[in-house]
Amino acid sequence: MDSHEMTRRAFLGRTSIGFGATALATMLPASLTGAQSADPLSGLPHFAATAKRVIFLYMSGGPSHLELFDPKPALTRMHLEPMPESFTRGQPIAQLQNARLRCFGPQFRFRKAGQSGQELSELLPNLGRIADDIAIVRSMHTDQINHDPAHTVMNTGTQISGRPSMGAWITYGLGSECDNLPGFIVLTSAGGRNPQPISSRQWAPGFLPGRHQGVEFYSSGDPVHYVRNPPGVTRAQQRQTIDAVRELNAIRNEPLRDPEIDTRIAQYEMAFRMQTSVPELMDIASEPRHVREMYGVTGADGSFAYNCLLARRLAERGVRFIQLYHRGWDHHDNIVNYLRQCCGLCDKPSAALVQDLKQRGMLDDTLIIWGGEFGRTPMVQFKGSAPGRDHHIRGFSMWLAGGGVKGGVTYGATDELGYAAVVNPVHVRDLHATMLHTLGIDHARLTYRHQGLDMRLTGVEPARVVDEILA
Amino acid sequence: MGTTVVFRSCVAFTCASFLAALPSLDAGEKTVARVEFNRDIRPILSDKCFFCHGPDAAHRKAKLRLDTEEGARVIVGGKPAESELYGRITQVEGSKRMPPPKSGKTLAKNEIELIRRWIEQGGTFQPHWSFAPPKRPQVPVSRHPWPRNPVDEFVLAKLQALKLTPAPEAAKVTLIRRVYFDLLGLPPSPAQVKAFLKDTRADAYDRLVDALLTSPHFGERMAMYWLDLVRYADTVGYHGDQEHHISPYRDYVIKAFNDNLPFDRFTIEQLAGDLLPNPTTDQLIATGYNRVLQTTHEGGAQDKEYLAIYSADRVRNLGAVWMGATIGCAQCHNHRYDPYTQKDFYRLAAFFADIDERGAFKGPDQTPTKRPPEIAVLSPIDRAEAEAVRQQIAALKLKPNRGDDLAGREKLLAEIEKRKSLTMITKSVKPRVIRVLHRGDWMDTKSEIVDPGAPHFMKPIGAKGRATRLDLARWLTSAEHPQTARVFVNRLWYLYFGKGLSKTLDDGGSQGDWPTHPELLDWLAAEFTRPSLSRGRGAAGAGEIPAWNVKHLVKLLVTSATYRQSSLESDAHRKLDPGNRFFSRQSRYRLPAEMIRDQALAVSGLLADRLGGRSVKPAQPDGYYAHLNFPRRTYVADKGLDQYRRGVYTHWQRTYLHPMLRAFDAPTREECTAQRPISNTPLAALVLLNDPSFVECARVLAARIIKEGGKSDAERIAWAWRQALSRAPHEREVAALARLYQANRKQYADDRAAALKLTSIGAAPRPADLDVAELAAWTSVARVLFNLDETITRN
Repeated sequence: MDSHEMTRRAFLGRTSIGFGATALATMLPASLTGAQSADPLSGLPHFAATAKRVIFLYMSGGPSHLELFDPKPALTRMHLEPMPESFTRGQPIAQLQNARLRCFGPQFRFRKAGQSGQELSELLPNLGRIADDIAIVRSMHTDQINHDPAHTVMNTGTQISGRPSMGAWITYGLGSECDNLPGFIVLTSAGGRNPQPISSRQWAPGFLPGRHQGVEFYSSGDPVHYVRNPPGVTRAQQRQTIDAVRELNAIRNEPLRDPEIDTRIAQYEMAFRMQTSVPELMDIASEPRHVREMYGVTGADGSFAYNCLLARRLAERGVRFIQLYHRGWDHHDNIVNYLRQCCGLCDKPSAALVQDLKQRGMLDDTLIIWGGEFGRTPMVQFKGSAPGRDHHIRGFSMWLAGGGVKGGVTYGATDELGYAAVVNPVHVRDLHATMLHTLGIDHARLTYRHQGLDMRLTGVEPARVVDEILA
Repeated sequence: MGTTVVFRSCVAFTCASFLAALPSLDAGEKTVARVEFNRDIRPILSDKCFFCHGPDAAHRKAKLRLDTEEGARVIVGGKPAESELYGRITQVEGSKRMPPPKSGKTLAKNEIELIRRWIEQGGTFQPHWSFAPPKRPQVPVSRHPWPRNPVDEFVLAKLQALKLTPAPEAAKVTLIRRVYFDLLGLPPSPAQVKAFLKDTRADAYDRLVDALLTSPHFGERMAMYWLDLVRYADTVGYHGDQEHHISPYRDYVIKAFNDNLPFDRFTIEQLAGDLLPNPTTDQLIATGYNRVLQTTHEGGAQDKEYLAIYSADRVRNLGAVWMGATIGCAQCHNHRYDPYTQKDFYRLAAFFADIDERGAFKGPDQTPTKRPPEIAVLSPIDRAEAEAVRQQIAALKLKPNRGDDLAGREKLLAEIEKRKSLTMITKSVKPRVIRVLHRGDWMDTKSEIVDPGAPHFMKPIGAKGRATRLDLARWLTSAEHPQTARVFVNRLWYLYFGKGLSKTLDDGGSQGDWPTHPELLDWLAAEFTRPSLSRGRGAAGAGEIPAWNVKHLVKLLVTSATYRQSSLESDAHRKLDPGNRFFSRQSRYRLPAEMIRDQALAVSGLLADRLGGRSVKPAQPDGYYAHLNFPRRTYVADKGLDQYRRGVYTHWQRTYLHPMLRAFDAPTREECTAQRPISNTPLAALVLLNDPSFVECARVLAARIIKEGGKSDAERIAWAWRQALSRAPHEREVAALARLYQANRKQYADDRAAALKLTSIGAAPRPADLDVAELAAWTSVARVLFNLDETITRN
């Protein structure tokens, strides 16, 4: 390895957040960018991608598949009857430990929607209008039955802490197409039942370089930490300050020729650009009224609707992985009331996002994923003033749209009581493999050496691309 | 060849061929005198073959293993063409080809060539270096003027083989700044720099090192690193991430390093202080080590499930901290690259089965929450004070006229006692049953039950009856243990040279990097456990050096000529040692997060350098804890001096680490971190530019520039530069800052309201006697200083 090579590696190794190999390749002389066989990122994309970016609408808390996507008439018939032990024996259980397990019939009706006749809850009328654009997976399953570890499985593929989240993996693999925003951005909203905590480890870079971390944007205070100038400092003065830093760093680097200093100079420029681009991004005043109404946005209020509109703006700017958490789906009690609230907040903006991207021609290369860390039990939980459902991992539903996913499809099935995924089960790993596939990545080949092992998002267990839902 | 594993004596460490150019230099054309299994072949076989032909019998294909001499059955020594191994790896295609295409692994041409030559030369196997006890190798003798101690002899021998000369010694000002950061985590003050530059005695630098090793800040700096290893944090980590009581453990670590507690005792006290006869308070506090892991009381959590999670977490950490081993891989299956079996994993887990705890704790949903057992303790400083007062009381009681004095003393004692804080400790109870859980499944109730024990291929623990944590700790710290000393000295090396002698600080196993200087690593390990060098003149006095002596090792490293080199690269360095693998110069790298904070505080004069105490909460952005719940959290920043304490005392919230620390790569401490990544991101730039804590430091420094920096702009700039960067500025540097100052001076004179805003950031009082426009303009200058690459770079 010659010194140029070292320089390039150091440079590639420590540049801006999500400002990855793709963008850098265009900035470096061709002599420095020769492909290396040992580089796990060489050969990317592994095949033609159908998606350039992902928007993950993360319904945190665990939405009930039984009320939203997976109608179960048999469960209605067995309402409040004992849950057959054949389903539950030896299975993990969360808050219903030691309780008598009884069936709980679905609390809302289903309707057929679209040309495809997909069955969707009466709580999701707007989603019904885009039924022909989405693929519903009814056979999801996961490993962990409590929120914190289940989030970790959904985001990192394992419950062991310290592993990179999927957005970090993707920006590591593909870089960003944006030079004034991070490649992986997280937005959070709440509404519904008392929100479960969510940890920043869910968008952490794990053992990947820190620039791949998800950056949280806030709707109150500074949209990104420390993105505003200190009080009493104008933009021109900030420019002068950064110019002085740059000049002095450059003087320092004359004898050193240290690529790390060049990188730092570049990062200060990116920071300065972010100081404009971030507030500009968050300001939706320029969005026409009909667009705002389509999402149901009333202002920069941190609602899920506002965040969905921001997600589209981020997608337009080339951000690679956009993750929106809505915290409020943990319906142990009063599921009727809380589902109405959550669907009231999430149905319209989710559908609007799909429609809006479609009308802009961006749905074709944007993959949308909608769902939570797990589903809910077919069994009733009596807690609080009205009944609800407990956490459930053996079968639940999610939907995907755009980015090469077939519309108007329902895939997989749970058993007659909605307990376990029995037809074409899709593990979280399979979802990850499928997501990576749309981005042109073979999940088995996106690796990073850590503690002597070639680690990957999908881990060591088998993972399958769900071809059946891909166009 | 029989099936028994015949380990040859560990020839790897003394083999002279080491001085030949390493094939792993990536230079295929370099000639290699002799191919060696451990250095050249094992890394290839491990990466490409062990997954199916390694130590894991359950996963082994064709009953072939290539990690030991059993692999010799596919080799005909001296005859590659007749060896099945070689035949298989040179198959172009077909079912016989190895590695098979579906493994995703391929052998490079030069790897195949190395294997061919290895077989040609006999094809002998060696046991893995990190499983054989370190022996003290001969120190090479160069008769060269450069070496200052044995460390340098080892380094020089390798440099000479590469036809490289060491870099010249760093300038004194660079050296003092480097060693201050490395030993104390703080920059030297300009007065300290001046005194050192004036000291022309031949041993001025050694004297400086001796003085620094007696500073209480040494313990703080070492704790920064140790706390990353043991994943110390102030909160429970899972779910609601409430605070738990543990900060006295952090103070114990600081004190242990300051007192130079021998590393074997340090190890024993943390793992098993409660099992020592009549444990002291410190020894009980130390056992907080076993309790500082992530825990939960989330509603649906099952007791047994989380007991299994904690158990595995502890084995992972034990393996990572002391053994430099990725034993965690063996939780669900035998290790695929190293000889750890799944049973080994659970035998190690069984050592911790006696810890009094719950899987799903009871809560409550408040912060701090409760994690019994906890005890109330005084800080080391308070404890000393209480003891003194107790003695005074005892003395007073003997006097006839004790009246008011005694009452006063007793009142004082009561006040001190009130400052007690709770801390989690380890209490031993009847051990729980530990099984070899099938695929790690906690619901498994049928698999084999195991007792505590060492990994099967290592020296047995040899306890009478059921082995305890104390036996485990003693086993780890026996001088023959192949890992503990090597792992620790490798990490010390990393702290002072920027990377380890073996680059993989967290994996000394098959997949880890072969050390660049294995003899040096072993010599250091031997010198650590059984010091041979006599004590020079120094703070601790003359005489024999006790075993497991951390400060002895630190001193050896930082007084070496290797350490004292300049980091400036010559063209020869860039060409012959591009990655500085052979330490032909010092390294330059960005400071750790805490030091960046501490430096700004120290340079401004705001630093409150009190030792120990509860964790503190410096300012952070509002709403950062908005996604926490059970209970909902509002961050209340500390007031007064507590806002200005060193980063090592910052409240460590696992799920939402302070944004400044995060931006500079401090870990969340969910798992052991032996080496922090060093990123270079716009988010970090935004912290230094705009974080009110840094702006506050800048404007407080600005006031000092005006008051203490002299009269002219140039004088003041030079003064400020010395505060922040230790050295004097060059003309062009002064000119750049002078321009900035003049421009800002004008702008703020025209907008005094803006100047007032800028100079009011933070809680420190704004000196009313200073012109606000002038103060604001110097604040801009100080902000630039805090943002310079050189300021935040250890050189």
